[in-house]
Amino acid sequence: MVDLVWIFFGAALVNNFTLSYFLGLCPFFGVSSRLDVAVRLGLASTFVMLIASTGAWFLNSYVLVSAPYLRLISFIVVIASTVQFVEMVVKKASPALFQALGIFLPLITTNCAILGVALFQTNRGYGLAEGLVFAFGAGVGFTLALSLMAGMREEVELSDIPSVVRGTALNLLIAGVLSLAFMGFAGLFSNL
Amino acid sequence: MAAEAKSPDRLYQEFTKGIWKENPIFVQVLGMCPMLAVTNTAINALAMGAATAFVLIGSSFLVSLLRKFVPKEVRISTYIVIIATFVTAADFLLQATVPDIHRELGAFISLIVVNCLILGRQEAFASRNSVGYAVVDAIGMGIGFALALFMLGSAREILGFGSFFGHPLFGPNYEPWVVMILPPGGFLMLGMILLVMNWFQQRKSRSRETMEKAA
Repeated sequence: MVDLVWIFFGAALVNNFTLSYFLGLCPFFGVSSRLDVAVRLGLASTFVMLIASTGAWFLNSYVLVSAPYLRLISFIVVIASTVQFVEMVVKKASPALFQALGIFLPLITTNCAILGVALFQTNRGYGLAEGLVFAFGAGVGFTLALSLMAGMREEVELSDIPSVVRGTALNLLIAGVLSLAFMGFAGLFSNL
Repeated sequence: MAAEAKSPDRLYQEFTKGIWKENPIFVQVLGMCPMLAVTNTAINALAMGAATAFVLIGSSFLVSLLRKFVPKEVRISTYIVIIATFVTAADFLLQATVPDIHRELGAFISLIVVNCLILGRQEAFASRNSVGYAVVDAIGMGIGFALALFMLGSAREILGFGSFFGHPLFGPNYEPWVVMILPPGGFLMLGMILLVMNWFQQRKSRSRETMEKAA
């Protein structure tokens, strides 16, 4: 039980997927200009992560035992179909959100954080429960980073900034500072 | 198809645009995930760049070859499967030839599959152009990507370790700038490079304006 708690906090804070593994940077910079959209994309990604993690566990335990070289291809197919499913649900349930997410909804497929969850979970030999907790932690961490970034960018929009810095360069510097702040969480583990 | 005229001028353009004018990282800001994670030393960056270029060239070739047979509805899934195949090959290739680097890059080799740059090139270029152009475009983009990775990796290694390709540069009194090899350093370094590029760009357009005014 204690292990599961640590896996969760490890994935969400200490080794935050976005800020210390650099996974999921495309939506991190692409969709982080408005806070509400950022939170919803984070939640959608978390959902896909949970499904992908379950799928990866199932594939690893029952299907890929005799053909490990098909791992990558089968993972990506599972992720792609889950994203397709989420896309249909969102389109039906909330057309406004579907509009706001635009191209980034299908692009969840190529969000490295999701494939990253499936691969890291396999490399570390997590079981079903550990994998699910890990995926949930990663999703929470991704949502957290995305919404922090979006909140800051909304502030930055309104401030007076030299034109040289505007755009991607400034976003990268903000991300760097955020990442520095998240490194502080590393102390969580060493004290225990 | 083979008889299709290829003007050398256009070939040259498709080749060079990826290296500088449309550099995938510095200008389009695509494919950032793998680049920041593995660019803490020059040699890792170079290996990652080479692997990505290999995958890009291979899949551009195949996608362009198959572009008439793939139905529009399933094209993205088809591209992903093609890319995943080449990534698996690159993964085993690196494991067999340079096991040390392979261990250090770890899961990030497999993550080339979801590099937006590769899928982006298939969708935007390879699926609409003939094989020759597609391959030349992929080579240019691959070189541009590898070059950017190498630049970033060298800068971070020199500042963070005080070495280049593992050879110490500054002698024992150098106090390494450790944050550069840690994750925040990746963001900060790329941010600074983009800053400098913005500055040059603005200066250039400003001097062009003044020249036009003078004329």
